[in-house]
Amino acid sequence: MTVITLAGIDVELNDEGFLADPQRWNEEIAQEIARKEGIDPLTDQHWQVIRFMRSEYFDKGTGPTVRILGKTSGISIKELYQLFPKGPAKIAAKIAGIPKPRGCI
Amino acid sequence: MSETIDKVSVVISKGSLEGIYPGLIMANGARAEGIEANLFFTFFGLDAIHKKRQGHIKVATVGNPGMHLSSLIGVLPGMSAMATHMMGRKMNKLDIPPIPEFVEMIADTGCGMYACLASVDLFGFAKEDFIDQLDGIITVGDFYARAAGGEIIFT
Repeated sequence: MTVITLAGIDVELNDEGFLADPQRWNEEIAQEIARKEGIDPLTDQHWQVIRFMRSEYFDKGTGPTVRILGKTSGISIKELYQLFPKGPAKIAAKIAGIPKPRGCI
Repeated sequence: MSETIDKVSVVISKGSLEGIYPGLIMANGARAEGIEANLFFTFFGLDAIHKKRQGHIKVATVGNPGMHLSSLIGVLPGMSAMATHMMGRKMNKLDIPPIPEFVEMIADTGCGMYACLASVDLFGFAKEDFIDQLDGIITVGDFYARAAGGEIIFT
C-alpha cells in the first residue's frame, strides 16, 4: 500500500494503483486521477461511465467488465474505447475509485 | 512492474471452438488492458470471421485427448454438436459471448482484424464472405509489418 495526496486528501492505493477505499473518493480526486491517466477534461460521457461503475460496484461488489459496460451503461464498446483508450473498464474503475474489475472477457 | 507489453498480434489458425476462443480472449483481454492488438486469421481460423460459418463452430470430439472421451465415441454422429451445445450453455452462464458476437465486440475495441491472403486464395473465399469489420486480406509480409514492435502469439 502506498499513500498519495490527491486533491489535497491523503489516500491509500492498493498494489495495482487503485484507490484502496472507494469511500474516500470525490469528484476532485476523480479529476486528478483522470489527468494522470491522460484524460482531461472529463466530459459528461466520462462521468456517465464513472458514476455507472460506482453504482455497479456498490450494488454488486465488483465493477463491470468492458462487455457488461457496453451492454448496460448506455454507451457502446466503440465509444467506451474512445473515451478510455487505455482500457474502459480498467481506467474508468481507477478514476471511479473502485478496485479493478476481474474477468477475462 | 517496470516492463510492460504495449502491442500484441494474435494468429488464429484453427477452426474448432477450442482453437478459436483462446486467441479471441487474448486479443480482447489485451485491448481491455489498453494494449494495442491485431488478429490475423489463417487457414481454418478464417471460419471465425466467415459470415456463414462463424455461427457454426464446433468442438473437436475426435483426436482431442482433452475431451476425456474416446475418439471411437467422438466419431459418432451428433457427438460434436452435443459437446458444442453443452459447452455453449456453460459459456453462456459464464457470460462468454458466442463467436459472432465476440468477434464483433473485439472489432469494436479497435483491434485490427486481418485475413491471410494465401488461405483466402486456398479456400476460394472472397472479401464478401467475411464480416464487414475486416480491415484487410493481407500477406504474411504485411502481417509482420503490422506486428512490428510487438509480441506475436500463434494459436
